Amino acid sequence: MPQILMPRLSDTMEQGTLSRWLKHEGDQIHKGDAIAEIETDKAVMELEAYDEGQLTRTLVTEGTTVPIGTPVALIGEDVATESTPTPNVTAAGTASLAEAAAPAAPPAPPIPEPPYEATAPQADSQGEVRASPLARRLAREHGLDIEAIPGSGPGGRVVHADVEQAIADRGAPPAAAPWPAAPGPAALSPSAPLRRRPPAPTPAVGEEVDEIPISRIRLLTAERLIHSVRQAPHFYLTSVVDAEPLLAFRAETNAYLGEHADHISVNDLIVKACATVLRSHPELNASWGCTSIQRYRRIHIGIAVALDDGLTVPVIHDADRKPLTEIAREAHSLAEKAGTGHLSIDEITGGTFTVSNLGPYGIDHFTAVINPPQAAILAVGAAHPEPVVRDGQVVAGTVMALTLSIDHRVLDGATGAVFLADLKSLLEQPLRIVV
Amino acid sequence: MAENITYRQALHDTLRAELLRDENVLLIGEEIGAFEGSYKITAGLLDEFGPRRVRDTPICEEGFTGAAIGAAMLGLRPVVEIMTINFSLLAIDQIINHAAKMHAMFGGQVRVPLVIRTPGGGGQQLAATHSQNLEVFYAHIPGLKVVAPSTPADAKGLLATAVRDDDPVIFLENLALYNTRGEVPDDDHTVPIGTAAVTKPGRDLTIVAYSRAAVIALEVAHRLEEEGISAEVVDLRSLRPLDRPTVCASVRRTHRAVVLEDDWLSYGIGAEIAATIQEGAFDYLDAPVRRVAAAEVPLPYAKPLETAALPNAAALTRVIREVLDATGFTPRPTPGRTRLGDP
Amino acid sequence: MTSTTSGSQTGPDREHADRIPAADDTSGPEAEALRDYFRQMTLIRAFELRAAEMYTRAKVGGYCHLNLGEEATCVGLMAALRPTDYLFTTYREHGYALARGAEPGRVMAELFGRTTGLSKGRGGSMHLFDTRLRLLGGYGIVGGQLPPATGAALAISYRTAPGPDSEAVMCLLGDATTNIGAFHEALNLAAVWHLPIVYVIVNNQLGMATPVEAAAGEPDLFKRGCSYRIPGTRVDGGDVLAVRGAARAALEHARGRHRPVLLETVSYRLRGHSVVDPARYRSAEETQRLREKDPLPRFRARLIDDGVLTEEQAARIDAETEQEVIAAVEFADASPPPALEILFDHVYATQTANTPYGLPGDPLPCDQPAPPAPGGR
Repeated sequence: MPQILMPRLSDTMEQGTLSRWLKHEGDQIHKGDAIAEIETDKAVMELEAYDEGQLTRTLVTEGTTVPIGTPVALIGEDVATESTPTPNVTAAGTASLAEAAAPAAPPAPPIPEPPYEATAPQADSQGEVRASPLARRLAREHGLDIEAIPGSGPGGRVVHADVEQAIADRGAPPAAAPWPAAPGPAALSPSAPLRRRPPAPTPAVGEEVDEIPISRIRLLTAERLIHSVRQAPHFYLTSVVDAEPLLAFRAETNAYLGEHADHISVNDLIVKACATVLRSHPELNASWGCTSIQRYRRIHIGIAVALDDGLTVPVIHDADRKPLTEIAREAHSLAEKAGTGHLSIDEITGGTFTVSNLGPYGIDHFTAVINPPQAAILAVGAAHPEPVVRDGQVVAGTVMALTLSIDHRVLDGATGAVFLADLKSLLEQPLRIVV
Repeated sequence: MAENITYRQALHDTLRAELLRDENVLLIGEEIGAFEGSYKITAGLLDEFGPRRVRDTPICEEGFTGAAIGAAMLGLRPVVEIMTINFSLLAIDQIINHAAKMHAMFGGQVRVPLVIRTPGGGGQQLAATHSQNLEVFYAHIPGLKVVAPSTPADAKGLLATAVRDDDPVIFLENLALYNTRGEVPDDDHTVPIGTAAVTKPGRDLTIVAYSRAAVIALEVAHRLEEEGISAEVVDLRSLRPLDRPTVCASVRRTHRAVVLEDDWLSYGIGAEIAATIQEGAFDYLDAPVRRVAAAEVPLPYAKPLETAALPNAAALTRVIREVLDATGFTPRPTPGRTRLGDP
Repeated sequence: MTSTTSGSQTGPDREHADRIPAADDTSGPEAEALRDYFRQMTLIRAFELRAAEMYTRAKVGGYCHLNLGEEATCVGLMAALRPTDYLFTTYREHGYALARGAEPGRVMAELFGRTTGLSKGRGGSMHLFDTRLRLLGGYGIVGGQLPPATGAALAISYRTAPGPDSEAVMCLLGDATTNIGAFHEALNLAAVWHLPIVYVIVNNQLGMATPVEAAAGEPDLFKRGCSYRIPGTRVDGGDVLAVRGAARAALEHARGRHRPVLLETVSYRLRGHSVVDPARYRSAEETQRLREKDPLPRFRARLIDDGVLTEEQAARIDAETEQEVIAAVEFADASPPPALEILFDHVYATQTANTPYGLPGDPLPCDQPAPPAPGGR
C-alpha cells in the first residue's frame, strides 16, 4: 500500500504543516491530483499524488506539523486487510532499549523517517543567533536583545565586546561593578544587586496579553531579517526623484494599452528600471560569500509583498530582459498568488535584488532591511507633491524618495551612490526604461 | 628559608626525608638501588638505608606493584618506582583492579597506602612505546589519586603528602622536568592533594595545564604579558581529585580558556577540563574552550616528526591569539608587569 | 598419598599425614577435632547448597562459585593456619571463610548484599574479607591475589625474623591460575626475596571447562615452582587430614625459614564452574564417578568406622548445621539493605579536597569545595 510522505518542498524545509486536506478518505486519487495543502517554511504548497488509487487513510489531522518523510496518508485498494500501517522496519530497529523492554504497545503513530538528505549548511546560521554565553548573559543583565546586536566574532558570533559596544551605544550606565571585574557566581542569583530588572513587569498571558501563535511565514520572516541585520552592515543612501515624468509616462502607456492588458504600475517601472541599471552596475547584483563575493550574471528582482501575517518576496526572473508589459503581468499574477499562499518554490527563490514599495501606503520615506543573501534593497516611498526647483524657479512638483540599503561588506557607499544616481536619471527620463 | 634545587633533587630529598621519618616507608622498583634509578632519583639511598628499605626488584611490574599493594595492606607505606609510565601497563591490573578497589570493595576494612612514582612524556626520541602520557587511564579510576606536579616545590609537597596518604597515589613525573629548577621550602612542606594552583594571575585568558605543560604555559603567559596580554595560568597539580572550583573561578574571571596537555587530544585530560568549564562557567565564556594536545599518532622516533607531534609554546601562543582575536580582544599595555607570586 | 618435589635441599617434611586415632582414643582432643572437621565440612556443604538455592531465588546476585566437593580441602587447610597467619583466596571461597571462623549469617548476608555482610555488602560472593580473621580477601580476578599475597609476606619479613613464631601467608589459587603471568612473577619474587608464604593450588581438575592437561605445559602443577626452586607437594584434597598435614608442614617451612612453598591439593568439583553452569561438558558416567569420590560421605563413614562418630551424632550434626544455615539465611534476609547515603563511603581512606560525590545526572561541583565526605575516617 503506497504511503504518501510529507514532502520536502524547499531547501530549508525540515518539517511541514498539513494545513488542509483537499482529498478525503475514500476519495479516488489520480496521479497529479492535489491531495492536501502543505505549509512549508516558505509558502503554502500543494501536495501532489504520485500514485493512483483510493485514499484509504489519512494519518495526520489538519494543522499537524510533522518532519519531512513522515507518512501522512495511505493510498490503496485493500482497506480491510491493511487497516493499520505496517510498522516501518527501519524505525523499529531504532527503538530504544527501554522501548524494546516494554510490553507490546498499541499500534504506534507512524515514526518519522530521516530527512532525505542533510540540511543545507546555511540553514543553521539562519535559524539561530550565535552568541557566546558571556555575551548572552551580559545582554540579558542589561536588558538588551541579543538578536539585535551585530556580531563581530567568527561566523558573526556575538561576543562580549559586541555587547559592551551595544551597552555603550545605548548610553546605559555600566553595571555596578566595572567590567571586566568578575561579577562572580552570585551575580546570577535572583537577589544579586548586579542583576538588572526588566524595565517593566511583563503582564501574565491571559490577563492583559493575547498569545498569538507564530506562523511559519512569520517565523521565517523574523529569522531572515534577524540574520540580515546581524550579519550585513547596512549602509543607507537616499535620493529624491522627480516623479512627474514617470507618472506621466505611466498614464500614457496605460492609456495606450487600454483594457486588454494588465496596467503598468509605478512599481513595475521601478522594477524594470532597477533591472536595467543593474546591468551596468553588477556590483550590486551580488552576495557576500565569506571567502568571496558572489556576483550574479542574471538579474532577478524580488518584490516585497505584505501578507496578513508576514512577508513574502516573489521574484521576477531575468527582469532586465523582459518587456515592461511582461513584468506587469507577472507582478500582478505573483501578487495574487502571494495573497492566497500559492506561490511555487521557483516563484519565491533566486532573487538577486529587491524592491520594497510602501508608496501605496502613503509612506514618504523609509529604509528597508536587506533581503539576505542579496547585497541591496531599494525602498520606494510614495510619489507626493512637494515644492521643487525647476529651471531656477520654485514650483509645485511631485517627488518620490528612493532609499537604497546596501551590504557594506559587498560594496561601498560610492558604488551605491553611482547606482542610485543612474537610477534617478533613468526614472526621470522614463522613455529610456523601455528602449 | 628556601633553596633553589632541581625537580630531581626535590624528589630525592623528599624520599630520603620520608624514609627517615617513618620506618614503614620503603622504596620498591627496578634498578633503584645499586643503579640509583634510571633517572637517579634514588641516588645514594641504598647506601644510606640498605636493601631492606630500598628494594631492587626483578623486572616484573605486575609482580612488584602487586607486592607493594599487599605490603601496604599490612601497614607498610611502599613507594614504588615504575621506570616509565609506559611500563605501568604491565601492572595495570594490579593498579586498577586491585589497589583502586580494595578499600571500597572490602567495606573499608583495609587501606592501601601506596605511592607509584612514574615519569611520562615524550620528546627524547624514545619512539612510540616509550613516549606516552597515559595518566588519563589512572585519572579515570575512582579509588586512585593522581598528582602531577610541575615545580620542584610541588614535587616535594605532593610527594610528602602522597606518602602519608592512606590511598594509592599515582605520582606522575616527567622526563623533561627532572632538571628544571625552582625554590623549594626547607621545612616539612606538604601540598594538599586535590588542589590546583594559580601560578600566574591574569585577566584576559586562562591557560589550564599540568606537569610539563604547566611550565610551558607559564613561560608563554609571561611572554604574552609583555605584549599587553594578561593570561592566567592554572596548574592543576592533581588530576584526581580535580580542583574544578579553581578552574571555573579562573575562567569566570577571564572568560576565555585554553588547555595545554601533553596527552593525546581525544578523551584526554583537556576534554574533562573543557566539560568542566562548559558546565561551571558557561555563562562566563566568550569563546569556545580550545585544547592544545599531542597529535594523535604513535610518537615517531625521527626528530622532526616527533617535534611536530608534540604540543609546544608556539602552538599554545597561536591558539591563544586565535581565541583572543575571535572575541575582539585588543592588548592593553600594563604599567607594571605581573610576575609570579604577585598578589 | 602425597607426591613431593624438592626444588632445593630444604623441602618440607614428608612425614606429615595425620592418622585417625585409635578406637580407644575417641574422647581425646584429636577425636574432638575430627568431629569438628566433620561438622565444618557438613556446614559448608549445607551452606553451599542453600546458597545455590538462594541464587535461583534471586536473593544472590552476580557470580556465585561453590566449594561443593572441596569441603575437605577447605577444612584441612584452615585447620593448619594459625589465627595470626594471613589468608588470600580465590573467588570460590565461601567454605574457606566458614572454616576460618566466619559466621555463616555474615557470609550469607554478604551474598545477599547486606551491610551485615563480611565486606559490608560491597564485595559479594567473590570478595569476602574479614580483618579480624586475617582473611584478606576473595579475589575475582584470576591470579590477582598472588602479587598482593606475596607483598603481605614481604611485610611480614620486613618486620619479623624467620622462626617458629613468625607469621606466614597462605595464598590459594586455582589450577588454571598457574598459567598466568602473575603466578610466575609472584613465585619468583617470593623466591628471591625469601618470603614466608605457602601458595596452595586447589586443583579441581577444570579451569571452567578446560582440563588441566589442556592448559598446563606441566600438568603436575606442584612441580611448577621448580623454575624458582620452590619445593612442591601434591596431596589428596579429599582427605582432610592429609591436607591438614601437608599444609602444616608447608607453613612450618615458610615461617621457620622464610621461604615459599607450593602445595597442590587435588579435589573434584561436584557441580559446574558456578551456580549457573550445568557442566554439560561432563558425561553422566563421570558425574557418577565424581559422586563416589565425594569427600563428605567418605569422611563420615570413616569416622563412624573408626568409632569417632556415631550415626546418631552424625545425624545430629546434619540437623544442627542445616538449622545453622537456615538461621544464616534468615539473618541475611532480615538484614537491611545498605542505605544509599553510604554509597561513597570507603572510596578513599584519606579524604581530600574536591573528591567527586555526584550521582548520575548531578551537576558538577564547580563552585564550592566538595561537601564533607560521608563516613570517612
